[in-house]
Amino acid sequence: MNSRVTDKIATSIFVLFAAIMAGTLFALLGYILYHGFAVIDLDFLTSNSSSFREGGGIKNQLFNSFYVLFITMLFTVPLGIGGGIYMAEYAKPGKVTDFIRTCIEVLASLPSIVVGMFGLLVFVAWTGWGYTILSGALALTVFNLPVIVRVCEDAIRSVPRELKEASLALGVTHWHTIKTVLLPAAFPGILTGVILSAGRVFGEAAALLFTAGLTTPNLDFTNWNPFNIHSPLNIFRPAETLSVHIWKVNTQGIIPDVREVADGASAVLVISVLIFNLLARWLGSVIHKRMSGSK
Amino acid sequence: MATAVKEKEVFKMKDLNLWYGQNHALKNLNFSINKKEITSIIGPSGCGKSTFIKTLNLMIYSAGNVRMSGEILYHNKNLLDNKIDLVSLRKDVGMVFQKANPFPKSIYENVAYGPKIHGIKKKSELDDIVEESLINVALWDEVKDRLNAPALGLSGGQQQRLCIARALATKPEVLLMDEPTSALDPISTIKIEELALELKKDFTIVMVTHNMQQAARVSDETAFFLMGELIEKKDTDKLFANPSDKRTEDYITGRFG
Repeated sequence: MNSRVTDKIATSIFVLFAAIMAGTLFALLGYILYHGFAVIDLDFLTSNSSSFREGGGIKNQLFNSFYVLFITMLFTVPLGIGGGIYMAEYAKPGKVTDFIRTCIEVLASLPSIVVGMFGLLVFVAWTGWGYTILSGALALTVFNLPVIVRVCEDAIRSVPRELKEASLALGVTHWHTIKTVLLPAAFPGILTGVILSAGRVFGEAAALLFTAGLTTPNLDFTNWNPFNIHSPLNIFRPAETLSVHIWKVNTQGIIPDVREVADGASAVLVISVLIFNLLARWLGSVIHKRMSGSK
Repeated sequence: MATAVKEKEVFKMKDLNLWYGQNHALKNLNFSINKKEITSIIGPSGCGKSTFIKTLNLMIYSAGNVRMSGEILYHNKNLLDNKIDLVSLRKDVGMVFQKANPFPKSIYENVAYGPKIHGIKKKSELDDIVEESLINVALWDEVKDRLNAPALGLSGGQQQRLCIARALATKPEVLLMDEPTSALDPISTIKIEELALELKKDFTIVMVTHNMQQAARVSDETAFFLMGELIEKKDTDKLFANPSDKRTEDYITGRFG
């Protein structure tokens, strides 16, 4: 067998692997969307879910998902950027830094159900809040923070060293250099990473089961007083998110149209995550173009 | 403590030694750099010329694990003194790097960056500094209509001149140039050289170059470094016409390096 044949075989094997990957994705997406689109309509998205009758929607669950995501990001983004700056710019190479880095990696690879149990102990029981949006958001913060720290550290590190030197050589202090040169240059990377991790948080169920709970009080979307239990904005109310809803109807649902609700909710979830991904790519490239001045 | 520094000397090195960890990179340097002249540092790769130029604005500290002994007198201040204020030193001793490194901001923002941070807030004053600096580097006519365009859209040669303008905008006394033309085409190189000759009327320039013709074309004095040592330093004409050390002669005639 000569080398040209070997080369051809190698090429076809890799093409095959790529095709398996893409094929799996498209089959899965196609299946979910095909079944989902049969269910999704405006009514499905805007009506309350039902406990035992047919024809319930996912209005509250959809809102809860976005709201929990928002609160989570409120915690993770500042903390994560701060941690990323520390790791990229201030941490001196050595044992302590290595230890912190190991901690971040372990934290990032913790199974989300374990994070959920931890959340139950600390944010639900120990604080005495019970199942609340806040508990859920804090559990998701534990789950998401290491990812954001990592993303920010990588984004800051990938800013060319020359830019930092240029700024320092102008007599600009370290902190000011970080603020005015490194962070703006790292911004597209940070933003892309944050949006991608948002997709992960949005779809997370296990960490929320025991923290944000499986129920939602009757929400009154005209009540914007965040301290009222019926207000959607109240962070001390339980909140069932979309992915938790999918899990719940499938495991304990007694509605006759379990299959339809699950199909529809799954499709909405997948579409949302897909939108996060596309948005991340699009924003990243727009900002990159604007900064590098290429057309 | 400090040795007397003559009026025309901007920098004076006294027994300057530098180590990266165990590596003795600069050895017993004793020489001075004169005001409003161009001093070239030449030598083969790894001779310590880039290391040396980075000690003059203490950018060397960002290399980490650096130890120095001796004195670097900038006028009468010893830079190796712990009390030295990096911000004001670097405002007075600007630097241009090997690779043009404009910020991913507009042309205007690049030049105004330094002065803004050193406390100039008035728009009209900043406008004047930007214009003056860009005129100084002969870039004004090329970019005056698009000051808000991204700096990264400029050509390589223009970017390097922009970086020089950015360094000039803090009104330094000294300009350090670390192989400023090594990434440029011949025409842009000539422009930068002409610019250096123009700038030496107002600024003191220290230029590291691996291009001996460049050193011969632009500099008043040339220092030849080898393995971290200063082999000789004298008037450029004399160094190239009549080197006193055999190693200098071997290097400038192309026998090694």
